[in-house]
Amino acid sequence: MSSLLELREISKNFPGVKALSNINISLNKGEIHAVLGENGAGKSTLMKVLCGIYSNDEGKIVIDGIERNFPTYNDAIDAGIGIIFQEFSLIPYLNAVDNIFLNRELTNRFGLLNRNVMNAEAKTIFETLKIDIDLSIPIDQLSVAEQQFVEIAKALSLNAKILVLDEPTATLTPTEATHLFTIMSDLKKRGVGMFFISHHLEEIFEICDTISVLRDGEYIATTPVKDTDVDKLVEMMVGRKLDNAFPEKISHINHSNIVLDVPEIQIDKDAPVNGFQLHEGEILGFSGLVGSGRSELVRSLIGADTPVKKTIKLNGQQLTLNTPAAALKVGIGLLPESRKTEGLILPFSIMDNILLNNHENEMYAGILVDRNKERKVACDLIEKVRIKAPHEETIVTNLSGGNQQKVVIARWLNNTCKILIFDEPTRGIDVGAKFEIYELMKKLTEQGISIIMISSELPEIIGVCDRVLVFNQGAIVASLEGSEIESNTIMLHATGQAT
Amino acid sequence: MNTITNTDTAPDNKLSLFKKKLTKWSHHPVFYPLVGFLAVFTIMVIFNDNFLTSNNLSNVARQVSINAILAVGMTCAILLGGIDLSVGPVMALSGTAAAGMMAAGFDPAMAIPSGMLIGVLFGAANGFMIAYAKMPAFIVTLASLGIARGIGLIYTGGYPVSGLPQSFSFWGRGDVFGLQTPILMMLVVYAIAYVILNHTPFGRYVYAIGGNEEASRLSGVRVPLVILTVYTISGLTASIAGIILTSRLMSGQPNAGVGFELDAIAAVVIGGTAMSGGKGAIIGTLIGAMLLGVLNNGLNLGGVSPYVQNVIKGVIILVAIYIGTSKRKK
Repeated sequence: MSSLLELREISKNFPGVKALSNINISLNKGEIHAVLGENGAGKSTLMKVLCGIYSNDEGKIVIDGIERNFPTYNDAIDAGIGIIFQEFSLIPYLNAVDNIFLNRELTNRFGLLNRNVMNAEAKTIFETLKIDIDLSIPIDQLSVAEQQFVEIAKALSLNAKILVLDEPTATLTPTEATHLFTIMSDLKKRGVGMFFISHHLEEIFEICDTISVLRDGEYIATTPVKDTDVDKLVEMMVGRKLDNAFPEKISHINHSNIVLDVPEIQIDKDAPVNGFQLHEGEILGFSGLVGSGRSELVRSLIGADTPVKKTIKLNGQQLTLNTPAAALKVGIGLLPESRKTEGLILPFSIMDNILLNNHENEMYAGILVDRNKERKVACDLIEKVRIKAPHEETIVTNLSGGNQQKVVIARWLNNTCKILIFDEPTRGIDVGAKFEIYELMKKLTEQGISIIMISSELPEIIGVCDRVLVFNQGAIVASLEGSEIESNTIMLHATGQAT
Repeated sequence: MNTITNTDTAPDNKLSLFKKKLTKWSHHPVFYPLVGFLAVFTIMVIFNDNFLTSNNLSNVARQVSINAILAVGMTCAILLGGIDLSVGPVMALSGTAAAGMMAAGFDPAMAIPSGMLIGVLFGAANGFMIAYAKMPAFIVTLASLGIARGIGLIYTGGYPVSGLPQSFSFWGRGDVFGLQTPILMMLVVYAIAYVILNHTPFGRYVYAIGGNEEASRLSGVRVPLVILTVYTISGLTASIAGIILTSRLMSGQPNAGVGFELDAIAAVVIGGTAMSGGKGAIIGTLIGAMLLGVLNNGLNLGGVSPYVQNVIKGVIILVAIYIGTSKRKK
């Protein structure tokens, strides 16, 4: 069989991070090829390189034996590549036909839209796909699965020979997923080559021909589906040595003192009811796949979102936390998932960011802020968390990711918090800064502070946490301690494979 | 050898030092507004013999005071990432309400706070809908622009309210130690606003919410309370302007202040405050209002037609925004 597409020695660097290194994958006509790996392994980055959203630093993309180069997404589309994103690229208020013909509308000789022709063409496309949906209503009134079918139809109407499906089933019900697989099998018969990204291993065994595994941006192996099994795949995905990336694992946990008891919390009507406890000085890990409901849970916990049901006991005392301000008052702080959109005030200096939510200690006359006192407090914290910056009044946009994260941490250390929630604290920051943040977390637990850490990086969960709760589709499915905290076990629970 | 290099480099050093200082100053939010103001001022001095007289300058300052005071509330709202379109009618309503009470025989000491209370309540209502009902500021204040204007007209039947007590004229026509009351009021309002915005936690919150509302909320800043307060302040400054205007005219004009919200926005924008919020300075707004005032006055003295004046004002706003956005891109 001749290769439809070859990715040869693809490398891609982001500032401070080697996102992809030397990836070799080829795709045949009519092949469904799974790209597998942990969160952050480089799957999405690779697919974005393929379709021209990122440019590769090294390597070649070869289609039908011809070397190609896609400066933009549109160039990739012209070359016959279609991508179905995790986030849809459809216009919600237009109907399916208008979406499919967006930017290449058919017009009559007066320059007006030729709706009849477009409707007829769209109808043919959907008929060949055996998809039956209402083409006349705005697509935001369609189900998520139907919207995805429109995305696929759009890609095919552009004569895509290669289709990239980036976690298409993440938001689908099992029935809808089955329908998607039928469509995929059909496309396969028509010779379309497909890359399929999914965290659900059973789906990969059901639909795919070949599997390539990535880990930390490196290519690990390619294997036909029939020659492998779940255990082998999980090992390929997570099997790496934990070197000295973490501080020594000394626990400061005080088992006799439960600081936070959450007997029940339900974030949504259809979501499962969860419950958990947090001990004094504990680092409790929330592990699971991206989208498994961990961030939503902590946001509801501190009152940033409104849950359906919530019971919280802090040191045995029942509380209702309706706003983050209320949570701050009782000493619970959240370091949000996205430091740029939820953490930092970007136009502010380091100092003003740190002092954002506590001016109490730096006031004179009860109402005015004492800049000199503030400066001292800020400088002490900058030193304590080791922010590297020319000046305390440096604007935070000019800092590296690691230092930005430390600014947000310093903000909470300026308060007397007893519980800190770190949501993906080390995402996108370099190894050295990661280590410093882990060390800081250990130091905090030494002082009796309890920490919840959400992380999608298994080594971090394993290297730092005293106890780990594993999430799968919104539910806490396992609580692991001691030697149970181990990648295969976590991965099996997180993917719903554990029996 | 040494002496030669010394004489060669000395002016160079001075020049580069000056350049360095200049780039440092140019980062200050008030730098460009100030340069613009000085440029317009200089042009007016050159082309108008009558411009640079103490009489004329104090006239300009007094004319500016109403717009400048309105622009304080507007600055707070825009810093927050919002806007307050209702300032003109709220100003007129506060003024006519106070005038109505005085015409009915109430003492100014009673009528003035009552009129102002109406402005404050309007601002608070705006703030409540924006902060707690989460309605967009533009629409809420656009609606209350109509409502405030309508109430003012209903209350007066569309006629000006006259017959105000002589003592009331102090606020618009009086002076304190030779400084005209409207100018004094403007300076006081700006001084208070400066302190609040720059030296209180509340002021920090206003900037922080404009910079990143979600981050502020997640950090425990009581965002809705801050928003409510800011629009209440805007109602308050509008009502202060209303009292001064009514006293200046010695009659309550239900139709006063048409289009004043646009002048206030212009002052804020020319003053260097970003429409997206989070960046700017209250002193910039004062300079912006002054710039507009000087421009108006100078062009009037020079006999330039009001039609042409509108065009010039518009162009200046565009230039201000261009400078603002090009600075931000860097």
